[in-house]
Amino acid sequence: MIIKTTYYGLISEITHCESEEIAFEGLAVSEFKTLLFEKYPLLKGTVFQLAQNNTILAEEATITNHEIALLPPFAGG
Amino acid sequence: MKKSSHKNVFKDGAISAEFVGNSIAKHQTKTSIGAHNIFLGQVRADQIDNTTVAAIEYTAHEEMANAKFHEIREAAFDKYDLTCMHIYHSLGVVEAGEICLFIFVSSKSRKTVFEAIEYIVERVKKEVPVFGKELFTGVNNDDKTHQWKVNS
Repeated sequence: MIIKTTYYGLISEITHCESEEIAFEGLAVSEFKTLLFEKYPLLKGTVFQLAQNNTILAEEATITNHEIALLPPFAGG
Repeated sequence: MKKSSHKNVFKDGAISAEFVGNSIAKHQTKTSIGAHNIFLGQVRADQIDNTTVAAIEYTAHEEMANAKFHEIREAAFDKYDLTCMHIYHSLGVVEAGEICLFIFVSSKSRKTVFEAIEYIVERVKKEVPVFGKELFTGVNNDDKTHQWKVNS
């Protein structure tokens, strides 16, 4: 499937874009992260979380949505 | 996918003292309230290496952030006997010394609002996807122009 992947803050500086479509055939969050690391090796040393449906995804979770966000550490307030 | 219709907490730029003052004034008709408590987050001019933070540029995953603010708001109403509650957060550039977060809780009595404000502020800092780019002052060609803030 095609996943609309959105990058925020520091992550968008690494990817040089704020959003793109990524073809992904797996299901697991870990597989999707492997794909991202191949595309953007700098992400490996970077702290980030994945979110789907406005909820943070656990490492062992399954990707069910066609929109995924990559979130760097929060800095609100 | 279901789009969120949560109230928008974000405001463009800094939150003014006038805005905070007007919010207080609007509560004068709510006479069951005996105690208000306000938290104001202000941008700090941190010294980093040889430079200083001049401003923070805020961005957010707005849909998720508004959903999170809504969740925190509902949880606070469940947990504490609050009469009302308001949250505003800045987006875009906020200069050092300006206000970027305004949380306002009201109740019958003081103990409730003391506890509630801490609960809400801590959850906002930890759980809401807001990102802060600290813009440095007096940047020369080879200098770093910014760094990304991380809540501790």
